[in-house]
Amino acid sequence: MVPLNYYLILSGILFAIGTAGVFLRRNLITVLLSIEIMLNAVNLTFVAVGRYLGSVDGQVITFFVMTVAAAEAAVGLALVIALFRHRETLSPDAFTALKW
Amino acid sequence: MDVIAFYLFAAIAIVSSLLVVGQRNPMYSVMLLITSFGALAGLYVLLNSPFAAVTQIIIYAGAIMVLFLFVVMLLNVPREESVPSAIAALVGPTGRRIGAVLALVFGIEVVWALSRVGLSWFAQDAQGESVKDVARIGSALFRDHVFAFEATSILILVAMVGAVVLARREH
Repeated sequence: MVPLNYYLILSGILFAIGTAGVFLRRNLITVLLSIEIMLNAVNLTFVAVGRYLGSVDGQVITFFVMTVAAAEAAVGLALVIALFRHRETLSPDAFTALKW
Repeated sequence: MDVIAFYLFAAIAIVSSLLVVGQRNPMYSVMLLITSFGALAGLYVLLNSPFAAVTQIIIYAGAIMVLFLFVVMLLNVPREESVPSAIAALVGPTGRRIGAVLALVFGIEVVWALSRVGLSWFAQDAQGESVKDVARIGSALFRDHVFAFEATSILILVAMVGAVVLARREH
C-alpha cells in the first residue's frame, strides 16, 4: 500500500507544474491548460484525503470542481476566441490595453 | 502491486504534465493533458474511488478536453515563437522569474513539509473501503449538498450564456 503522503506530494508537484505553466507560457490556451492541471492536482488531494477519512465528501467536492472547471473552460475559451478575432494572436503580451 | 501501479501512474501524470507545459504545439499539449488525466483516473481507482475515476474520464478527458481541442483546431493557432526553458526563465524577465521561483519554492516546500510528518496509511477496514459505494456518494450529493448542487446548475447556465455572448460575432 501507498501512504497518503505520497499522494499529497504528487498533488503538490502537479500543482507546481501548473503554476509554472501559467507564468511561463506565452499562449492563452496553454495557460488555460495549466489551470486545468492545477485543478486536477487539487482534485487528487480531495479524493486522497476523502479516502483517508473514510468519507465520500472528497469525491462530491471533486464533482463540483469538475463542474466549475467546465464552466471556466467554456467562458475562458469564448474569451480566447473573442481575443483572437481582435488581434490574430494568442500571446498574452498582445493584450495589455483594457480598451482599444 | 498497488505500489507499482502508483509509481507508474504518478510518473505518467508528472511527465505528461511537464510536457504540456514544456512544448510548443497546443495540439500536443491537449493530447498530453488527456494522458495525464487518464493517469489521474488510474490513481482514483487505486484510492477506491471509481466514481471519481469515471467522471474524470467522461467529463474531463471526454468533454472539457474535446472543447479545448475544438478551439485549438478552430483557431488554427500558430506555434509559439519561443518557449523559455525553466532554467532560462530564472534569468529572464521579472514576471517569469517570479513565476519559476514561486513554482520551485512551492514544490520544494510541499515535499519537505510532507516528508517531515509521519506516514499516514489508509484504513483497510469496512469504513475506509466504503468510499467506493456510489449510493453513498449519491445520497451525500443530493441530500447533504443539495444546495451546492442546485447552485451548480445556475453556474452552468450563467457560463453557457456568457460563453455564447462572448464568442458571438459583433455586428
